[in-house]
Amino acid sequence: MSAKAQGANEFRVGRVELPWSTAFSISKKNIMVRFGRAMITAAGIMLGIAFLVSVFTSKAILMGSGEPPSPEQETRQTWLIVMSLLVCSVGICNSMFMSVTERFREIGTMKCLGAVDAFVVKLFLLESGMLGLLGSLIGAIAGFLVVCVVHLLKRQLGQIASMDWAYFGMGLVEALVIGMLLSMAATIAPAVKAARLPPAAALRTDV
Amino acid sequence: MATSAAANHSQMLEDYVVRTRGLTKIYVMGGEELHALDNVALDIKRGEYISIMGPSGSGKSTLFNMIGGLDKPTSGTVYINETDMAQLDAAELAWIRCRTVGYIFQTFNLIPVMTAIENVTLPMVFAGRTPDEQLQRGKELLELVGLGDRLYHRPSELSGGQQQRVAIARAFANDPAIILADEPTANLDLRTGKEIIELLRTLNEERGVTVISATHDLHMIDISDRVVWVRDGKIDKIEDRQSVDVKVGHVDWEDQYRPTN
Repeated sequence: MSAKAQGANEFRVGRVELPWSTAFSISKKNIMVRFGRAMITAAGIMLGIAFLVSVFTSKAILMGSGEPPSPEQETRQTWLIVMSLLVCSVGICNSMFMSVTERFREIGTMKCLGAVDAFVVKLFLLESGMLGLLGSLIGAIAGFLVVCVVHLLKRQLGQIASMDWAYFGMGLVEALVIGMLLSMAATIAPAVKAARLPPAAALRTDV
Repeated sequence: MATSAAANHSQMLEDYVVRTRGLTKIYVMGGEELHALDNVALDIKRGEYISIMGPSGSGKSTLFNMIGGLDKPTSGTVYINETDMAQLDAAELAWIRCRTVGYIFQTFNLIPVMTAIENVTLPMVFAGRTPDEQLQRGKELLELVGLGDRLYHRPSELSGGQQQRVAIARAFANDPAIILADEPTANLDLRTGKEIIELLRTLNEERGVTVISATHDLHMIDISDRVVWVRDGKIDKIEDRQSVDVKVGHVDWEDQYRPTN
């Protein structure tokens, strides 16, 4: 603490760093502390993934019922999956875009403290990846439960038990990976844009 | 005294921590060119306490941003410790922002999800200090600004004056050569603002750090070594302390000269 301010003679320019462990804990903190806001962001992911998983579950049930699906049913299922993916992407992009934009000033501050563009992108990608995985997990459970409830009401719970679990398991993993990747992909564009702004411009931004 | 702190340095004759030459920033708005800064040449000595005064729109914030490497000039150069900022790549600029310059803002700009100590240690993380060092220095700095008992409070749990103190501690995290303060008292009440200014002045004298502050606050003039008046993107005049003292004097300005902004 007795150190004096730097003099010109000891002045040289080096590199700044951000270890992964620190980046990880900062991102985690961002989710935990702003949990309410994070859950609103995640809601977009949850809904999309819930839809996707419910479609996967229905297909798994169909495959487990013994009779192979007719070509029309196959087409319909594919359509549903494509549609649910679209819904997913739009919801996730929208949420992620907002969550980055509303933090422009924070990004500007970080850059003033010595963060390079890559730190900002790293932090936001980590955060969106974690949030994406969490949202997808909740969404997947919700989607599966909805299908269960529907079958319970129709008194066809047996069909759930006899569904094609292997297909369902694969669909579940796919859905989680898709949810995580989509939310990360949706974050890249706004995060890179924000990171590239000169700090002065980022600090001026008010959302 | 800041002047003696500067004199203690080896290269005392030409020891300028910041120099600008032909600094120009042109914003294009609706097809029209706006000269926010026009050919500014300014030399700032190591250890000085400088206030940049001027009405809003005069270009003082732009000057502030250029000196701090927060924005790129249209033409002209800023030298910090004789390093030409225009020659640096993004990572080197970040390094300068991390270690050589400490920023203090009008709106405090603490990271809302982080506690006081986490805010203060963030620049040390970027500078690659060990966690032990970070914690120890962070505590020391927060004690220095009088917040030793608020280490684990979030910005939302602190008053404006306390938040600005955290921001000051953060600005000093990596022992910078320059503290850039952009209207640090504008969002504070008079008494708190005065305390903040006095804290900055004390740190300036004790540590020999150069303080450059854009301000409307007349109390700032009172304690500055030099006041740079900016008007229409140009330096209007530079006054040293003695000549300013006569004008502001020791009148109890708190009631009479309330800053209008």
